Amino acid sequence: MSGSLTPVQAFLAERLGEQLRETHAFRGDATVVVDRERVVDVLRWLQDDPWHFQVLVDLTAWDRCPLEPRFEVVYHLLSLSRRERLRVKVRVPGQDPVVPSAVSVFAGADWFEREVWDLFGIRFAGHPNLVRILMPDDWEGHPLRRDYPLTEEPVEFQGHVPKVPSEIVPRVKPGRVDP
Amino acid sequence: MSLVRETLTINMGPQHPSTHGVLRLVLELEGEVIVSCQPVIGYLHTGIEKEMENRTYHQNITLVDRIEYLSSYHEELAYCMAVEKLLGVEVPKRAQYIRVILCELNRIASHLVWLGTTGIDLNVSSLLMYCFRDRERILELFEMVSGQRMMPGYFRIGGVAEDLPEEFEHAVRPFLEEFPRRLDEYEAMLTDNLIWRRRHEGVAVLSRKDALAYGVTGPTLRGSGIPYDVRKAFPYSSYDEFEFDVPTGENGDAYDRYRVRMEEMRQSRRIVLQALACLPDGPVITQDRKVALPPRAELVRSMEAVIHQFKLVSEGIHPPKGEVYAAVESPRGEKGYYIVSDGSNRPVRVRVRAPSFSNLQALPAMIRGGMLADVVVAIASIDIVLGDVDR
Repeated sequence: MSGSLTPVQAFLAERLGEQLRETHAFRGDATVVVDRERVVDVLRWLQDDPWHFQVLVDLTAWDRCPLEPRFEVVYHLLSLSRRERLRVKVRVPGQDPVVPSAVSVFAGADWFEREVWDLFGIRFAGHPNLVRILMPDDWEGHPLRRDYPLTEEPVEFQGHVPKVPSEIVPRVKPGRVDP
Repeated sequence: MSLVRETLTINMGPQHPSTHGVLRLVLELEGEVIVSCQPVIGYLHTGIEKEMENRTYHQNITLVDRIEYLSSYHEELAYCMAVEKLLGVEVPKRAQYIRVILCELNRIASHLVWLGTTGIDLNVSSLLMYCFRDRERILELFEMVSGQRMMPGYFRIGGVAEDLPEEFEHAVRPFLEEFPRRLDEYEAMLTDNLIWRRRHEGVAVLSRKDALAYGVTGPTLRGSGIPYDVRKAFPYSSYDEFEFDVPTGENGDAYDRYRVRMEEMRQSRRIVLQALACLPDGPVITQDRKVALPPRAELVRSMEAVIHQFKLVSEGIHPPKGEVYAAVESPRGEKGYYIVSDGSNRPVRVRVRAPSFSNLQALPAMIRGGMLADVVVAIASIDIVLGDVDR
């Protein structure tokens, strides 16, 4: 917990206590990290009075590999009447990537959750139809995981070595002193 | 004798002229009435999000253009704004105004494609020619500014690549003078046209409740009567300095969405005129040498400039560790970028919040219980770009 809390962060801190893992507002984006067991409750509270976070603008995830818990599922909420945004995050272990589904709160979570399942392999418990959405049905693996290599697709003709685009630009780690 | 009720399942697409790309709809019909609809997407999935994790922040500008290809300037603006927010960089006023001018022209161009293709879907084929004639003039302006008609790659992190060419204002003014008359012509042809109204009124109705539940944004949301526009709610790039109205509908049907977009074109013209009238002087890109390349002239005189140039070209910029979300109002709705940085020269995650994706998700709710022929109108009225849906 750092700095002063926005009203909605303070509300969640009071309601959740220890189950609110972290709050911050980097560059003015109010963010809360909650326990995954409580995420559907949190979304439902925020949807109601007095917060009116009625729009689930975005639901996505990112892979923190090699850190553990490995995944972070990110909900971007919007309150039209308060003109306010809020980011809710849930940390998910790589061994057991399951999050309760938010479809019962926001109908629009349906496709977003299918996309996260498709690209990250995070399952949403209680989702009515959790099947792939962007990749072909028979695809193996979850492409946006960081251990999923980015290569050219294999081709039929011989003598062609697939390029690895990730080697084109070497990653430069932070912490070096620039001139 | 008992009556057997049977439903018929048909495939519409992926190759179908009115799906505006490669969209497949699995429709269950009872007679001509739609019982259920299941959109199948992913035919245009290009993996741009994955690709962006392996490029530097500047290289990615080329990629984002290809997502929502009818409004590349909005795409670039949203991406650049997210990186600028991550860096905490201030964009010079002149660059902000130039961005607004180009984005609003782009909105007009994009809405003209929507109008023309909607016309084709409803068998008003001459409309497409008129709309593309006007759009071509905007694309010529884009070519004058950036060298490209589409996929300009003109915005940079911290500003724009170059100042507007001198002849730009002389070229854009006559277009803006003429444009309202053109719009009047189209409206005279369509707005009170009996066939146009019968095909649009009361068709593909999206209630306020459904619109909010599905996270619909843009003209589709405003057609349902909710006046949410990112430019007004969370002003960016100096939008709070311009006067413009946000048109809304009442019934949430295809006709209201048509009216909203027609009015938006007029409002966009209004914004461009204001921005041209008070275009400030000054630099067009940030002076922060850790973000933007030094001017060419400095390279022959200053060793430091050469080092900055070398560092930026070989490694790129190093934003601080953190995560940001930045959004703009694209012609289709809220276009957002969520970027996670670990402090290195490449993003860990770039998430593209695509308005077409959410808007398309509301399609089954719009057409359930409607007629098969109205599916075409419904798809046209939410104005999806499949590159944006599938990314």
